[in-house]
Amino acid sequence: MLLSRQKPFEQILGYLEGESKVFLLGCNGCAQASGTGGPVQVAAMKAKLTAAGKTITGTDVVDFLCQKALVKSRLSVRLNEIEPADSLLVMTCGVGVQATAASVNKLCHPACDTINLGGSRGEWSGSERCMECSDCVLETTGGICPLTACSKGLLNGQCGGARNGKCEFNPEKDCGWELIYLRLKSLGRLDKLLQFTPPKDRLKEQPAVDVMATTFWALERTAPAPQPKEVTAK
Amino acid sequence: MSLKSVLESGSFAVTTEIGPQKGTETAEIVEIAELLRGRIAAANCTDQQSSVMRLGSMATCHVLLQHGVEPVLQMTCRDRNRIALQSDLLSGWVLGVRNVLALTGDLPSLGDHPQAMPVFDLDSVQLLWTIGKLNGGTDIMGNALKGKTDYFAGAVVNPGVNTEASFDLQLFKMEKKIKAGARFFQTQAIYEPDKFARFMKRVEGFGVPVLAGIIPLKSVGAARFMNKNVAGIFVPEPTIQRLAATKDKTQAGLEIAADLIKQLRGMCQGVHIMAIGGERNVPRLLDMAGL
Repeated sequence: MLLSRQKPFEQILGYLEGESKVFLLGCNGCAQASGTGGPVQVAAMKAKLTAAGKTITGTDVVDFLCQKALVKSRLSVRLNEIEPADSLLVMTCGVGVQATAASVNKLCHPACDTINLGGSRGEWSGSERCMECSDCVLETTGGICPLTACSKGLLNGQCGGARNGKCEFNPEKDCGWELIYLRLKSLGRLDKLLQFTPPKDRLKEQPAVDVMATTFWALERTAPAPQPKEVTAK
Repeated sequence: MSLKSVLESGSFAVTTEIGPQKGTETAEIVEIAELLRGRIAAANCTDQQSSVMRLGSMATCHVLLQHGVEPVLQMTCRDRNRIALQSDLLSGWVLGVRNVLALTGDLPSLGDHPQAMPVFDLDSVQLLWTIGKLNGGTDIMGNALKGKTDYFAGAVVNPGVNTEASFDLQLFKMEKKIKAGARFFQTQAIYEPDKFARFMKRVEGFGVPVLAGIIPLKSVGAARFMNKNVAGIFVPEPTIQRLAATKDKTQAGLEIAADLIKQLRGMCQGVHIMAIGGERNVPRLLDMAGL
Protein backbone atom coordinates (compact mmCIF):
# COMPACT_ATOMS: atom_id res chain seq x y z
CA MET A 1 0.00 0.00 0.00
CA LEU A 2 1.20 3.46 -0.90
CA LEU A 3 -0.76 6.11 0.95
CA SER A 4 -1.25 9.37 -0.88
CA ARG A 5 -2.72 12.74 0.01
CA GLN A 6 -3.98 15.30 -2.47
CA LYS A 7 -1.82 18.38 -2.87
CA PRO A 8 -3.54 21.71 -2.12
CA PHE A 9 -5.80 22.66 -5.04
CA GLU A 10 -3.94 25.98 -5.51
CA GLN A 11 -0.69 24.06 -6.03
CA ILE A 12 -2.35 21.84 -8.64
CA LEU A 13 -3.77 24.91 -10.40
CA GLY A 14 -0.26 26.38 -10.37
CA TYR A 15 1.03 23.29 -12.20
CA LEU A 16 -1.70 23.76 -14.83
CA GLU A 17 -0.94 27.44 -15.37
CA GLY A 18 -0.87 28.30 -19.03
CA GLU A 19 -2.70 25.10 -19.95
CA SER A 20 -6.39 24.87 -20.82
CA LYS A 21 -7.04 21.18 -21.58
CA VAL A 22 -6.36 18.39 -19.12
CA PHE A 23 -6.93 14.63 -19.02
CA LEU A 24 -7.55 13.25 -15.51
CA LEU A 25 -6.27 9.89 -14.40
CA GLY A 26 -6.95 7.97 -11.20
CA CYS A 27 -6.28 4.48 -9.91
CA ASN A 28 -8.54 1.85 -8.35
CA GLY A 29 -5.76 0.61 -6.08
CA CYS A 30 -4.01 2.50 -3.31
CA ALA A 31 -5.22 5.90 -4.57
CA GLN A 32 -8.84 4.84 -4.25
CA ALA A 33 -8.15 3.42 -0.79
CA SER A 34 -6.37 6.66 0.15
CA GLY A 35 -9.38 8.67 -0.98
CA THR A 36 -7.23 10.67 -3.38
CA GLY A 37 -7.63 9.24 -6.86
CA GLY A 38 -10.59 6.83 -7.03
CA PRO A 39 -13.64 7.41 -9.26
CA VAL A 40 -15.24 9.74 -6.67
CA GLN A 41 -12.18 11.99 -6.35
CA VAL A 42 -11.57 12.05 -10.12
CA ALA A 43 -15.17 13.20 -10.66
CA ALA A 44 -14.79 15.85 -7.94
CA MET A 45 -11.54 17.07 -9.46
CA LYS A 46 -13.22 17.30 -12.87
CA ALA A 47 -15.92 19.53 -11.37
CA LYS A 48 -13.42 21.75 -9.55
CA LEU A 49 -11.14 22.18 -12.55
CA THR A 50 -14.10 22.85 -14.84
CA ALA A 51 -15.25 25.53 -12.40
CA ALA A 52 -11.71 26.95 -12.53
CA GLY A 53 -12.03 27.34 -16.29
CA LYS A 54 -10.21 24.20 -17.47
CA THR A 55 -11.51 21.87 -20.15
CA ILE A 56 -11.36 18.22 -19.14
CA THR A 57 -10.77 16.22 -22.34
CA GLY A 58 -11.49 12.93 -20.56
CA THR A 59 -11.06 10.97 -17.35
CA ASP A 60 -10.13 7.42 -16.52
CA VAL A 61 -9.55 5.34 -13.42
CA VAL A 62 -7.21 2.43 -14.05
CA ASP A 63 -6.49 -0.61 -11.99
CA PHE A 64 -3.56 -0.44 -11.40
CA LEU A 65 -1.58 2.57 -12.49
CA CYS A 66 1.73 1.19 -11.19
CA GLN A 67 1.68 -1.46 -13.95
CA LYS A 68 2.88 0.13 -17.16
CA ALA A 69 1.51 -2.69 -19.36
CA LEU A 70 -1.98 -2.10 -17.98
CA VAL A 71 -1.63 1.67 -18.26
CA LYS A 72 -0.58 1.45 -21.89
CA SER A 73 -3.30 -0.96 -22.99
CA ARG A 74 -5.97 0.94 -21.10
CA LEU A 75 -4.94 4.36 -22.38
CA SER A 76 -4.38 3.24 -25.97
CA VAL A 77 -8.17 3.27 -26.54
CA ARG A 78 -8.46 6.77 -25.03
CA LEU A 79 -5.93 8.47 -27.29
CA ASN A 80 -8.62 10.62 -28.91
CA GLU A 81 -9.15 12.26 -25.50
CA ILE A 82 -5.51 12.30 -24.42
CA GLU A 83 -4.08 13.73 -27.64
CA PRO A 84 -5.92 17.09 -27.48
CA ALA A 85 -4.94 17.59 -23.83
CA ASP A 86 -2.05 19.86 -22.84
CA SER A 87 -1.20 17.52 -20.01
CA LEU A 88 -2.40 14.75 -17.72
CA LEU A 89 -3.17 15.23 -14.05
CA VAL A 90 -2.37 11.95 -12.30
CA MET A 91 -4.14 11.55 -8.97
CA THR A 92 -2.08 8.73 -7.48
CA CYS A 93 1.12 7.82 -5.69
CA GLY A 94 4.50 8.73 -7.17
CA VAL A 95 4.79 5.37 -8.92
CA GLY A 96 1.51 5.93 -10.81
CA VAL A 97 2.68 9.35 -12.00
CA GLN A 98 6.00 7.94 -13.16
CA ALA A 99 4.47 4.89 -14.85
CA THR A 100 2.01 7.15 -16.71
CA ALA A 101 4.72 9.65 -17.65
CA ALA A 102 6.73 6.75 -19.07
CA SER A 103 3.72 5.55 -21.09
CA VAL A 104 2.37 8.74 -22.70
CA ASN A 105 4.26 11.48 -24.52
CA LYS A 106 2.63 14.24 -22.47
CA LEU A 107 3.57 16.19 -19.39
CA CYS A 108 2.15 14.44 -16.32
CA HIS A 109 1.43 16.57 -13.25
CA PRO A 110 1.33 14.91 -9.81
CA ALA A 111 -1.89 15.69 -7.95
CA CYS A 112 -0.77 13.95 -4.75
CA ASP A 113 2.07 13.62 -2.29
CA THR A 114 2.95 10.05 -1.34
CA ILE A 115 2.93 9.93 2.43
CA ASN A 116 5.65 8.25 4.44
CA LEU A 117 4.39 5.19 6.32
CA GLY A 118 7.58 4.71 8.30
CA GLY A 119 9.13 2.00 6.22
CA SER A 120 6.15 -0.01 5.00
CA ARG A 121 6.88 0.35 1.31
CA GLY A 122 4.48 -0.78 -1.33
CA GLU A 123 5.39 -3.18 -4.12
CA TRP A 124 6.07 -2.28 -7.71
CA SER A 125 6.20 -4.35 -10.78
CA GLY A 126 8.21 -1.91 -12.90
CA SER A 127 11.29 0.23 -12.61
CA GLU A 128 9.63 3.28 -11.04
CA ARG A 129 10.40 3.86 -7.38
CA CYS A 130 8.75 6.16 -4.84
CA MET A 131 10.41 6.78 -1.49
CA GLU A 132 7.34 8.35 0.09
CA CYS A 133 8.97 11.73 0.71
CA SER A 134 5.50 13.27 1.27
CA ASP A 135 6.54 16.28 -0.83
CA CYS A 136 6.29 15.14 -4.46
CA VAL A 137 8.68 16.85 -6.90
CA LEU A 138 7.64 14.99 -10.07
CA GLU A 139 6.18 18.24 -11.43
CA THR A 140 9.66 19.64 -12.09
CA THR A 141 11.27 16.52 -13.54
CA GLY A 142 8.99 15.29 -16.30
CA GLY A 143 7.55 12.54 -14.15
CA ILE A 144 10.83 10.83 -13.22
CA CYS A 145 11.67 10.88 -9.52
CA PRO A 146 15.13 12.43 -8.92
CA LEU A 147 15.18 11.12 -5.35
CA THR A 148 15.14 7.53 -6.54
CA ALA A 149 16.49 7.77 -10.11
CA CYS A 150 19.62 9.75 -9.07
CA SER A 151 22.07 8.01 -6.71
CA LYS A 152 22.57 11.22 -4.75
CA GLY A 153 18.90 12.19 -4.90
CA LEU A 154 19.87 15.55 -6.39
CA LEU A 155 16.97 17.97 -6.82
CA ASN A 156 18.61 20.66 -8.92
CA GLY A 157 20.30 18.81 -11.74
CA GLN A 158 23.12 16.47 -12.66
CA CYS A 159 26.41 16.14 -10.78
CA GLY A 160 29.63 15.95 -12.77
CA GLY A 161 29.97 12.21 -12.50
CA ALA A 162 27.99 10.73 -15.39
CA ARG A 163 29.92 8.74 -18.02
CA ASN A 164 28.31 7.48 -21.21
CA GLY A 165 24.96 8.36 -19.67
CA LYS A 166 25.56 6.03 -16.73
CA CYS A 167 25.93 6.75 -13.03
CA GLU A 168 29.42 7.10 -11.57
CA PHE A 169 28.52 4.75 -8.73
CA ASN A 170 26.99 2.03 -10.80
CA PRO A 171 27.85 1.69 -14.48
CA GLU A 172 24.75 -0.51 -14.89
CA LYS A 173 22.47 2.33 -13.76
CA ASP A 174 21.33 5.11 -16.10
CA CYS A 175 22.10 8.65 -14.93
CA GLY A 176 18.72 9.73 -13.54
CA TRP A 177 19.20 13.29 -14.68
CA GLU A 178 19.99 12.20 -18.24
CA LEU A 179 16.65 10.36 -18.20
CA ILE A 180 14.95 13.49 -16.89
CA TYR A 181 16.68 15.59 -19.55
CA LEU A 182 15.61 13.26 -22.38
CA ARG A 183 12.02 13.16 -21.11
CA LEU A 184 11.79 16.96 -20.79
CA LYS A 185 13.43 17.41 -24.17
CA SER A 186 10.89 15.12 -25.83
CA LEU A 187 8.14 17.17 -24.17
CA GLY A 188 9.70 20.47 -25.25
CA ARG A 189 9.99 21.49 -21.60
CA LEU A 190 13.73 21.84 -20.99
CA ASP A 191 12.88 25.19 -19.34
CA LYS A 192 11.98 23.17 -16.25
CA LEU A 193 15.71 22.43 -15.80
CA LEU A 194 16.19 26.08 -14.85
CA GLN A 195 13.63 26.02 -12.03
CA PHE A 196 15.21 26.19 -8.59
CA THR A 197 13.95 23.51 -6.22
CA PRO A 198 14.33 24.70 -2.62
CA PRO A 199 15.55 22.43 0.19
CA LYS A 200 13.08 19.64 0.96
CA ASP A 201 10.89 19.65 4.05
CA ARG A 202 12.46 16.67 5.84
CA LEU A 203 9.89 16.94 8.60
CA LYS A 204 7.41 15.46 6.14
CA GLU A 205 9.62 12.38 5.83
CA GLN A 206 8.67 11.39 9.36
CA PRO A 207 5.52 9.25 9.42
CA ALA A 208 2.66 11.07 11.13
CA VAL A 209 0.81 9.36 13.96
CA ASP A 210 -2.50 9.48 12.08
CA VAL A 211 -1.16 7.47 9.14
CA MET A 212 0.33 4.87 11.47
CA ALA A 213 -2.98 4.41 13.29
CA THR A 214 -4.02 0.99 12.00
CA THR A 215 -6.14 -1.40 14.04
CA PHE A 216 -3.09 -3.41 15.06
CA TRP A 217 -1.21 -0.27 15.94
CA ALA A 218 -4.10 0.74 18.23
CA LEU A 219 -4.15 -2.71 19.85
CA GLU A 220 -0.44 -2.51 20.53
CA ARG A 221 -0.83 0.91 22.08
CA THR A 222 -3.62 -0.09 24.42
CA ALA A 223 -1.93 -3.32 25.57
CA PRO A 224 -0.51 -2.93 29.06
CA ALA A 225 3.18 -2.15 29.04
CA PRO A 226 5.45 -4.59 30.91
CA GLN A 227 5.91 -3.38 34.47
CA PRO A 228 9.43 -2.98 35.85
CA LYS A 229 10.12 -5.24 38.81
CA GLU A 230 10.48 -3.57 42.16
CA VAL A 231 13.97 -3.68 43.56
CA THR A 232 14.05 -4.27 47.27
CA ALA A 233 17.13 -3.64 49.36
CA LYS A 234 18.33 -6.62 51.32
CA MET B 1 44.78 41.02 -3.19
CA SER B 2 41.71 38.85 -2.68
CA LEU B 3 40.51 36.28 -5.21
CA LYS B 4 37.45 38.47 -5.73
CA SER B 5 39.50 41.56 -6.56
CA VAL B 6 41.86 39.58 -8.83
CA LEU B 7 38.87 38.29 -10.82
CA GLU B 8 37.13 41.66 -10.80
CA SER B 9 40.31 43.38 -12.01
CA GLY B 10 40.28 41.12 -15.05
CA SER B 11 43.76 39.70 -14.43
CA PHE B 12 44.34 36.03 -15.17
CA ALA B 13 43.72 34.28 -11.86
CA VAL B 14 45.63 31.26 -10.58
CA THR B 15 44.15 29.09 -7.87
CA THR B 16 45.41 25.78 -6.65
CA GLU B 17 44.33 23.07 -4.30
CA ILE B 18 45.65 21.72 -1.04
CA GLY B 19 44.39 18.37 0.16
CA PRO B 20 44.81 18.01 3.93
CA GLN B 21 46.32 14.79 5.25
CA LYS B 22 44.76 12.12 7.39
CA GLY B 23 45.93 13.20 10.83
CA THR B 24 46.97 16.26 12.74
CA GLU B 25 50.35 16.89 11.05
CA THR B 26 50.29 20.34 9.44
CA ALA B 27 53.99 20.77 8.62
CA GLU B 28 53.43 19.92 4.96
CA ILE B 29 50.55 22.39 4.62
CA VAL B 30 52.78 25.09 6.11
CA GLU B 31 55.65 24.20 3.79
CA ILE B 32 53.40 24.33 0.71
CA ALA B 33 51.79 27.58 1.89
CA GLU B 34 55.24 29.16 2.16
CA LEU B 35 56.09 28.01 -1.37
CA LEU B 36 52.84 29.32 -2.84
CA ARG B 37 52.54 32.62 -1.00
CA GLY B 38 52.54 35.50 -3.46
CA ARG B 39 52.35 33.20 -6.48
CA ILE B 40 48.61 32.42 -6.50
CA ALA B 41 45.36 34.26 -5.94
CA ALA B 42 43.98 31.60 -3.60
CA ALA B 43 44.22 27.96 -2.62
CA ASN B 44 41.24 25.64 -2.27
CA CYS B 45 41.19 23.48 0.85
CA THR B 46 39.42 20.25 -0.03
CA ASP B 47 36.60 18.85 2.08
CA GLN B 48 37.21 15.12 2.66
CA GLN B 49 38.14 14.74 -0.99
CA SER B 50 36.83 11.57 -2.64
CA SER B 51 34.99 10.88 0.63
CA VAL B 52 38.26 9.95 2.37
CA MET B 53 38.29 11.12 6.01
CA ARG B 54 41.07 13.67 6.71
CA LEU B 55 41.84 16.91 8.48
CA GLY B 56 39.02 19.36 7.81
CA SER B 57 38.85 22.07 5.22
CA MET B 58 38.16 24.78 7.80
CA ALA B 59 41.30 24.01 9.89
CA THR B 60 43.38 23.93 6.70
CA CYS B 61 41.98 27.34 5.71
CA HIS B 62 43.01 28.63 9.14
CA VAL B 63 46.60 27.37 8.68
CA LEU B 64 46.79 29.00 5.24
CA LEU B 65 45.54 32.31 6.65
CA GLN B 66 48.23 32.17 9.34
CA HIS B 67 50.81 31.87 6.57
CA GLY B 68 49.51 34.58 4.30
CA VAL B 69 47.74 32.48 1.67
CA GLU B 70 44.13 33.27 0.79
CA PRO B 71 42.01 30.14 1.20
CA VAL B 72 38.89 28.93 -0.60
CA LEU B 73 36.80 26.83 1.76
CA GLN B 74 35.51 23.81 -0.15
CA MET B 75 32.21 22.77 1.31
CA THR B 76 30.34 19.62 0.35
CA CYS B 77 26.80 18.60 1.32
CA ARG B 78 27.81 14.98 1.91
CA ASP B 79 28.49 15.05 5.66
CA ARG B 80 26.44 17.89 7.15
CA ASN B 81 22.80 18.85 7.27
CA ARG B 82 21.55 22.40 6.76
CA ILE B 83 22.11 23.34 10.41
CA ALA B 84 25.78 22.28 10.39
CA LEU B 85 26.42 23.79 6.94
CA GLN B 86 25.08 27.19 7.98
CA SER B 87 26.90 27.09 11.32
CA ASP B 88 30.20 26.20 9.61
CA LEU B 89 29.69 29.05 7.16
CA LEU B 90 29.34 31.44 10.12
CA SER B 91 32.41 29.89 11.78
CA GLY B 92 34.49 30.17 8.61
CA TRP B 93 33.67 33.85 8.31
CA VAL B 94 34.74 34.45 11.93
CA LEU B 95 38.04 32.67 11.21
CA GLY B 96 38.70 35.01 8.28
CA VAL B 97 37.63 32.81 5.38
CA ARG B 98 36.16 34.91 2.56
CA ASN B 99 35.73 32.43 -0.33
CA VAL B 100 33.58 29.30 -0.44
CA LEU B 101 33.34 26.68 -3.15
CA ALA B 102 29.94 25.00 -2.95
CA LEU B 103 29.87 21.34 -3.93
CA THR B 104 27.41 18.49 -3.61
CA GLY B 105 30.20 16.03 -2.84
CA ASP B 106 30.89 12.42 -3.72
CA LEU B 107 28.94 9.53 -2.25
CA PRO B 108 30.69 7.98 0.79
CA SER B 109 30.83 4.65 -1.06
CA LEU B 110 33.80 6.01 -3.08
CA GLY B 111 35.92 6.66 0.00
CA ASP B 112 37.47 4.92 2.98
CA HIS B 113 34.30 4.88 5.10
CA PRO B 114 31.87 3.41 2.55
CA GLN B 115 29.34 2.50 5.24
CA ALA B 116 28.81 6.14 6.27
CA MET B 117 25.40 7.77 5.90
CA PRO B 118 25.26 10.11 2.90
CA VAL B 119 23.57 13.30 4.14
CA PHE B 120 22.80 15.44 1.07
CA ASP B 121 20.18 17.39 2.99
CA LEU B 122 21.01 20.20 0.54
CA ASP B 123 22.60 20.07 -2.92
CA SER B 124 25.20 22.41 -4.38
CA VAL B 125 22.61 24.80 -5.85
CA GLN B 126 20.72 24.98 -2.56
CA LEU B 127 24.04 25.52 -0.72
CA LEU B 128 24.79 28.53 -2.95
CA TRP B 129 21.29 29.83 -2.21
CA THR B 130 22.00 29.29 1.51
CA ILE B 131 25.25 31.31 1.27
CA GLY B 132 23.22 34.09 -0.36
CA LYS B 133 20.81 34.08 2.58
CA LEU B 134 23.64 34.32 5.15
CA ASN B 135 25.25 37.10 3.08
CA GLY B 136 21.90 38.87 3.21
CA GLY B 137 21.81 38.72 7.00
CA THR B 138 19.40 35.86 7.74
CA ASP B 139 19.50 32.09 7.98
CA ILE B 140 17.47 30.05 5.48
CA MET B 141 14.43 30.17 7.77
CA GLY B 142 14.54 33.96 7.69
CA ASN B 143 15.83 34.42 11.24
CA ALA B 144 18.04 37.49 11.60
CA LEU B 145 21.79 37.05 12.13
CA LYS B 146 23.81 39.13 14.56
CA GLY B 147 26.61 39.86 12.15
CA LYS B 148 26.33 38.50 8.63
CA THR B 149 28.77 36.96 6.17
CA ASP B 150 29.88 38.40 2.85
CA TYR B 151 31.25 35.34 1.10
CA PHE B 152 32.56 35.27 -2.44
CA ALA B 153 30.93 32.02 -3.55
CA GLY B 154 32.07 29.76 -6.33
CA ALA B 155 31.01 26.48 -7.88
CA VAL B 156 32.22 23.77 -10.23
CA VAL B 157 31.26 22.61 -13.70
CA ASN B 158 32.41 19.63 -15.73
CA PRO B 159 32.80 20.69 -19.39
CA GLY B 160 34.17 17.29 -20.45
CA VAL B 161 31.14 15.08 -19.85
CA ASN B 162 30.83 12.79 -22.83
CA THR B 163 27.19 12.85 -23.92
CA GLU B 164 25.18 15.70 -25.43
CA ALA B 165 22.59 15.28 -22.68
CA SER B 166 25.18 15.59 -19.92
CA PHE B 167 26.83 18.55 -21.64
CA ASP B 168 23.51 20.40 -21.81
CA LEU B 169 22.71 19.38 -18.24
CA GLN B 170 26.02 20.87 -17.07
CA LEU B 171 25.16 24.16 -18.79
CA PHE B 172 21.63 24.25 -17.31
CA LYS B 173 23.03 23.58 -13.86
CA MET B 174 25.74 26.21 -14.30
CA GLU B 175 23.07 28.78 -15.12
CA LYS B 176 21.11 27.69 -12.07
CA LYS B 177 24.21 28.00 -9.88
CA ILE B 178 24.81 31.54 -11.16
CA LYS B 179 21.22 32.49 -10.35
CA ALA B 180 21.73 30.98 -6.89
CA GLY B 181 24.83 33.13 -6.31
CA ALA B 182 27.93 31.55 -7.90
CA ARG B 183 30.42 34.31 -8.78
CA PHE B 184 33.17 32.11 -10.24
CA PHE B 185 33.61 28.56 -11.58
CA GLN B 186 36.41 26.04 -11.42
CA THR B 187 36.27 23.18 -13.91
CA GLN B 188 37.24 19.53 -14.04
CA ALA B 189 40.71 18.98 -15.57
CA ILE B 190 41.02 20.06 -19.20
CA TYR B 191 43.34 18.33 -21.70
CA GLU B 192 41.60 19.27 -24.96
CA PRO B 193 41.70 23.04 -25.58
CA ASP B 194 39.46 22.78 -28.67
CA LYS B 195 36.63 21.15 -26.76
CA PHE B 196 37.10 23.64 -23.93
CA ALA B 197 36.83 26.49 -26.44
CA ARG B 198 33.45 25.09 -27.52
CA PHE B 199 32.34 25.04 -23.89
CA MET B 200 33.54 28.62 -23.29
CA LYS B 201 31.66 29.77 -26.39
CA ARG B 202 28.44 28.42 -24.84
CA VAL B 203 29.01 30.05 -21.43
CA GLU B 204 30.54 33.41 -22.32
CA GLY B 205 27.09 34.99 -22.21
CA PHE B 206 26.81 34.05 -18.53
CA GLY B 207 29.47 36.68 -17.72
CA VAL B 208 30.93 34.72 -14.81
CA PRO B 209 34.68 34.00 -14.61
CA VAL B 210 35.76 30.44 -15.39
CA LEU B 211 39.02 28.96 -14.10
CA ALA B 212 40.06 25.97 -16.20
CA GLY B 213 41.14 22.91 -14.26
CA ILE B 214 44.73 21.70 -14.74
CA ILE B 215 46.06 18.39 -13.44
CA PRO B 216 49.77 17.90 -14.29
CA LEU B 217 50.20 14.31 -15.47
CA LYS B 218 52.60 12.14 -13.47
CA SER B 219 52.66 8.90 -15.41
CA VAL B 220 51.15 7.11 -18.39
CA GLY B 221 49.34 4.81 -15.98
CA ALA B 222 47.76 7.74 -14.13
CA ALA B 223 46.58 9.26 -17.42
CA ARG B 224 45.02 5.99 -18.55
CA PHE B 225 43.47 5.50 -15.11
CA MET B 226 41.77 8.92 -15.28
CA ASN B 227 40.53 8.20 -18.81
CA LYS B 228 38.97 4.99 -17.62
CA ASN B 229 37.62 6.08 -14.25
CA VAL B 230 37.12 9.83 -13.93
CA ALA B 231 34.03 11.34 -15.51
CA GLY B 232 34.78 14.28 -17.75
CA ILE B 233 38.54 13.77 -17.94
CA PHE B 234 39.98 12.70 -21.27
CA VAL B 235 43.71 12.75 -21.96
CA PRO B 236 44.16 12.36 -25.73
CA GLU B 237 46.47 9.60 -26.97
CA PRO B 238 49.13 11.98 -28.48
CA THR B 239 49.47 13.60 -25.04
CA ILE B 240 49.92 10.20 -23.43
CA GLN B 241 52.52 9.30 -26.09
CA ARG B 242 54.38 12.55 -25.44
CA LEU B 243 54.60 11.57 -21.79
CA ALA B 244 55.56 7.98 -22.63
CA ALA B 245 58.46 9.13 -24.82
CA THR B 246 60.24 10.96 -22.00
CA LYS B 247 62.37 9.80 -19.09
CA ASP B 248 61.54 12.49 -16.56
CA LYS B 249 57.77 12.06 -16.28
CA THR B 250 57.36 14.84 -13.71
CA GLN B 251 59.11 17.35 -15.98
CA ALA B 252 57.15 16.18 -19.04
CA GLY B 253 53.86 16.36 -17.13
CA LEU B 254 54.63 19.92 -16.10
CA GLU B 255 55.61 20.85 -19.67
CA ILE B 256 52.32 19.47 -20.98
CA ALA B 257 50.44 21.40 -18.28
CA ALA B 258 52.37 24.61 -19.05
CA ASP B 259 51.55 24.27 -22.75
CA LEU B 260 47.88 23.77 -21.89
CA ILE B 261 47.85 26.84 -19.67
CA LYS B 262 49.35 28.92 -22.49
CA GLN B 263 46.66 27.69 -24.90
CA LEU B 264 43.83 28.21 -22.41
CA ARG B 265 44.99 31.66 -21.35
CA GLY B 266 43.14 33.48 -24.10
CA MET B 267 39.92 31.54 -23.55
CA CYS B 268 39.09 31.90 -19.87
CA GLN B 269 39.68 34.03 -16.79
CA GLY B 270 42.15 31.80 -14.96
CA VAL B 271 43.37 28.32 -14.15
CA HIS B 272 42.80 26.08 -11.17
CA ILE B 273 45.78 23.76 -10.66
CA MET B 274 45.06 20.47 -8.91
CA ALA B 275 48.51 19.00 -8.31
CA ILE B 276 47.27 16.01 -6.23
CA GLY B 277 50.41 15.51 -4.13
CA GLY B 278 52.68 17.50 -6.45
CA GLU B 279 51.97 20.89 -4.84
CA ARG B 280 55.70 21.59 -4.43
CA ASN B 281 55.98 21.68 -8.24
CA VAL B 282 53.32 24.36 -8.69
CA PRO B 283 55.76 27.34 -8.55
CA ARG B 284 57.90 25.59 -11.22
CA LEU B 285 54.81 25.06 -13.39
CA LEU B 286 53.87 28.72 -13.05
CA ASP B 287 57.41 29.72 -14.11
CA MET B 288 57.16 27.46 -17.15
CA ALA B 289 53.74 28.85 -18.07
CA GLY B 290 54.98 32.41 -17.68
CA LEU B 291 52.61 33.22 -14.82
